[in-house]
Amino acid sequence: MSDMAILSIFVLSVFVGFEVVSKVSSTLHTPLMSGANAIHGVILVGAIIVADHSETNLELGLSLAAIILATINMVGGFVVTDRMLEMFKGKKK
Amino acid sequence: MSRTVYDIIGLAAGVAFILALKGLSHPKTARRGNLIGAFGATVATLVVFFYVGPELSLPLNNLGWILGAIAIGLLIGVPAARKVEMTQMPQLVALFNGVGGGAAALVAIVEYLNLGADATTAQVVFTVFTVIVGCVSFSGSIITFMKLQELMTTRPVIFPAGRFIIAATLVSVLGVGGWVVTALGTTPLLILAGLSLLFGILFVLPVGGADVPIVISLLNAFTGLTVAASGYVLDSTLLIIAGTLVGASGTILTRLMADAMGRSLFGTLFGAFTAKPQESSGVAEERPVRSGSADDVAILLNYARRVVIVPGFGLAVAQAQHTVRELADLMISKGIDVAYGIHPVAGRMPGHMNVLLAEANVPYEQLVEMDEVNPTFGQTDVAIVIGANDVVNPAAKTTPGCPIYGMPILEVSNAANIVFLKRSMRPGFAGIENELLYDPKTMLLFGDAKASLTKVVSALKAL
Repeated sequence: MSDMAILSIFVLSVFVGFEVVSKVSSTLHTPLMSGANAIHGVILVGAIIVADHSETNLELGLSLAAIILATINMVGGFVVTDRMLEMFKGKKK
Repeated sequence: MSRTVYDIIGLAAGVAFILALKGLSHPKTARRGNLIGAFGATVATLVVFFYVGPELSLPLNNLGWILGAIAIGLLIGVPAARKVEMTQMPQLVALFNGVGGGAAALVAIVEYLNLGADATTAQVVFTVFTVIVGCVSFSGSIITFMKLQELMTTRPVIFPAGRFIIAATLVSVLGVGGWVVTALGTTPLLILAGLSLLFGILFVLPVGGADVPIVISLLNAFTGLTVAASGYVLDSTLLIIAGTLVGASGTILTRLMADAMGRSLFGTLFGAFTAKPQESSGVAEERPVRSGSADDVAILLNYARRVVIVPGFGLAVAQAQHTVRELADLMISKGIDVAYGIHPVAGRMPGHMNVLLAEANVPYEQLVEMDEVNPTFGQTDVAIVIGANDVVNPAAKTTPGCPIYGMPILEVSNAANIVFLKRSMRPGFAGIENELLYDPKTMLLFGDAKASLTKVVSALKAL
């Protein structure tokens, strides 16, 4: 992909990111942070790609470590966010 | 699967992440938003296994190893997230963020080793960025985890000439980063990783108690940016979109949190560079306090017309949310006007108390936010402070230079009587003495919050 296209995607994503969370009550700060935290766990995709590219044992070892860490980040992040939000149920009138 | 299909599915996952963040911003849609995000992430991961092209093989090389590593990650992450106590969720989020940053740094290092001399300058620059920021996020998050878990002191750690050491480390990180870009080579990259890990530790150590959540949020945004940079190196649009979204929304969220706590974001960020050793304000003083029994508290409550309950971290630690609700219900049945005064950052994280009390099914309308409850303390007969300290500490208004100075507080000192339920005279998370404890209208009830509340409930029932 051209660098210009990547720059466009980047800049537009920045503005979307700013926009979607601009008004959030303090009650939701923690779950929102936790949810965003889980989303960056998608680095798992990157970890799988580099594991596929790995040619030496060192590269494979490091990329497998990355896969383990990224999986913990992604799956654990979504589960813990769900547990936080579960406690809000029934509070609404 | 062709590159077009692969990219379209990646784009769909990116849209899912936007919808997830949007959903998470509103109470009614928050849970659904999180599930949409999880769905997007799952789909994005699965398609990697079915795509074939110049970048990836089908089936993937090392497929068995990859699946095994994912299984290990699941076996660690899922039970940790399911079993964690409510009180420990904030540090788990910090830990998850740290491992994400570590993963991004490892990905960048492996791809760098793999590309070798084929890497373009732009790729090397982004690799250097990912390694620096990913390592800072990793080691910084580990320190915030240790602070929140109280494995180390929660107070700012400031050492002599600390600001110069931190500045020197930052300069070396940037210098070695430049060295990697110009000279290339594995050794400089590993030195860079080591220095960045050190910088992350030094950067977070001077941060004190109440600012820790802000730093976690900031490191979260950092990790997002490293994911975006990895996306550039690996030519993955999805990683660029997802990482940038988290980086941008995380930055806004960090600012919102800082505003809610009356902190300047700049001050929190660069506190490491400006922090001076402060006079120790937490010296144990031998001063008289008025401590009472559960019966004394019950009598006070029995003749009150309006009571405001101020919950804090101690309530969460003691898991006393159900008992406090029992007490509130009992008072309401006696015709007493009861409200909970919720400080936005009571506990260890913004919104901590709302979540905790929601678990005990406390009616939403009884939870009153700080700005609304503060003017009513003048008409309040009793303010019961349960395991909270910093959020009611008048030092935030009266003592310039103390770590919480400038933070808005719940003005319980305007109430006719104040009851503190505390475990001990130990100062709060920020480590600052609370003058209110020595106020003549303050009564202290020592002990575990749940045990104390249970005694007060039975004493009040007996009246």
